[in-house]
Amino acid sequence: MQRNSTQYVLFFTMAMTVVVAVVLAGMYSSLKGIHTANERNYNKKQILSSLNQTADFANKKADKLSDDEAAQIFADRVASTIIDAYGQPVEGNAEDVNMEKEEKKPETDRVYPVFKYNATDGKSYYILSVRGNGLWDKIWGWVAVENNDVRTVAGAAFGHKGETPGLGAEIADNSGWKAKFTGTQLYTPDGKYKSVEVKKGGAQNKMYQVDGIAGATVTANGVSEMLDRGLAVYMPYMDEERK
Amino acid sequence: MAAEATATQAAVEAVEKEPLFGKKERKLLIDPLNDNNPITVQVLGICSALAVTTLVVPSLVMAVAVVFVTAFANLIISLLRNAIPKQVRMIVQLVVIATLVTVVELTLKALNFEVYKQLSVFIGLIITNCIVMGRLEAFAMANKPWRSFLDGVGNGLGYGAILVAVAVVREVFGKGSFAGIKLIGNTPEFLINTTAAGWQSTVFGWYAPNNLMVLPAAAMFLIGIIIWIQRARNPKLVDIS
Repeated sequence: MQRNSTQYVLFFTMAMTVVVAVVLAGMYSSLKGIHTANERNYNKKQILSSLNQTADFANKKADKLSDDEAAQIFADRVASTIIDAYGQPVEGNAEDVNMEKEEKKPETDRVYPVFKYNATDGKSYYILSVRGNGLWDKIWGWVAVENNDVRTVAGAAFGHKGETPGLGAEIADNSGWKAKFTGTQLYTPDGKYKSVEVKKGGAQNKMYQVDGIAGATVTANGVSEMLDRGLAVYMPYMDEERK
Repeated sequence: MAAEATATQAAVEAVEKEPLFGKKERKLLIDPLNDNNPITVQVLGICSALAVTTLVVPSLVMAVAVVFVTAFANLIISLLRNAIPKQVRMIVQLVVIATLVTVVELTLKALNFEVYKQLSVFIGLIITNCIVMGRLEAFAMANKPWRSFLDGVGNGLGYGAILVAVAVVREVFGKGSFAGIKLIGNTPEFLINTTAAGWQSTVFGWYAPNNLMVLPAAAMFLIGIIIWIQRARNPKLVDIS
């Protein structure tokens, strides 16, 4: 066969495609189990890191845990449920809820994960999942709420897809800033829902506001909006739990 | 008999002419580290060099990934160079690069998920890194496998060396840590609230981590400074036109 003939080109490209497809498909399917396990463990650590300010994680922050430790803690201390848009429990594993997919459903069809963490000192916390928009792309977070009054925030953790390092990305990287959420309230004294706000120029009322991040106003506003809308959907469930 | 003998002799000579680590082979490895550096002299691969160099560990991983991809893409293309139809030359090169990059991505995702998350899209973007394609076109298509492999390793290392050098400066001065180990002091809090108190809890007590170092602009300055020093020391690199 001539090297410049059309048949040869066709033969070569087809052979190449088959070889590449076999190599990649083989590799993908053989590593898939490890990938899923890694992803789950990573998620577990992210969820637990919302409790970094509590006594259980005072010495070792959740994001520094090994995969096995995180899995162990999850198995021992975390109970999870899924709730629907009306706060009613739904069957299933909360770890399988993909907030990215839920976001694309109509609001009334969505489900939300609730993780309940039983601390070693007898306290327990709800960990709620929220998702919103930052400056460049999606942001998400987990908010831990104390179980004994169902209104005090015990801590928060955030993640982002593409915020600017050193500015917007500080919502995930800056543990000092995240610590400011601890102690904020989700309800006014007369029992109305009021979400935590990230306030540019510094928080005036530390009960409902945390300081903004210099140079990251849009991301910070995104966090405020995400918390306000994202936590509101949990309120029917939280009201029920408080009774 | 005589023809066979000359053929053997010719083969022996050919082997002697191309030792494993002759002068030429060493040049292939070392040149890209300095006089022909892909980043500072050829000015290729700048985008990823600006983006991934905020921390040392991801930069090292990125460097290893690029060395792997350039070396093996060069090797594979060089082995196939007489079989590749020239009409689809570029497509074949791209498929080989993309395959190797996917292999790297899948492996990293299994081995170290956290670094995989940090590098995010930049591993995938090695496919479009001009260094890889440039070496395939300029070297592997016209040279034997072993030399092509060395050329790939050399260029990957040249890229990696600059990457790690920039990352060390950026992490130490921008985050106050080295390879994730805090040097001294707490997490800089000055970003949260630029008050006098905020400026104190920093590295070495007196040094406030410089936020500029975390931004891509700092990498641009640093690479510029490296290019400047390199050209001041080596006048033959200076482009007079």
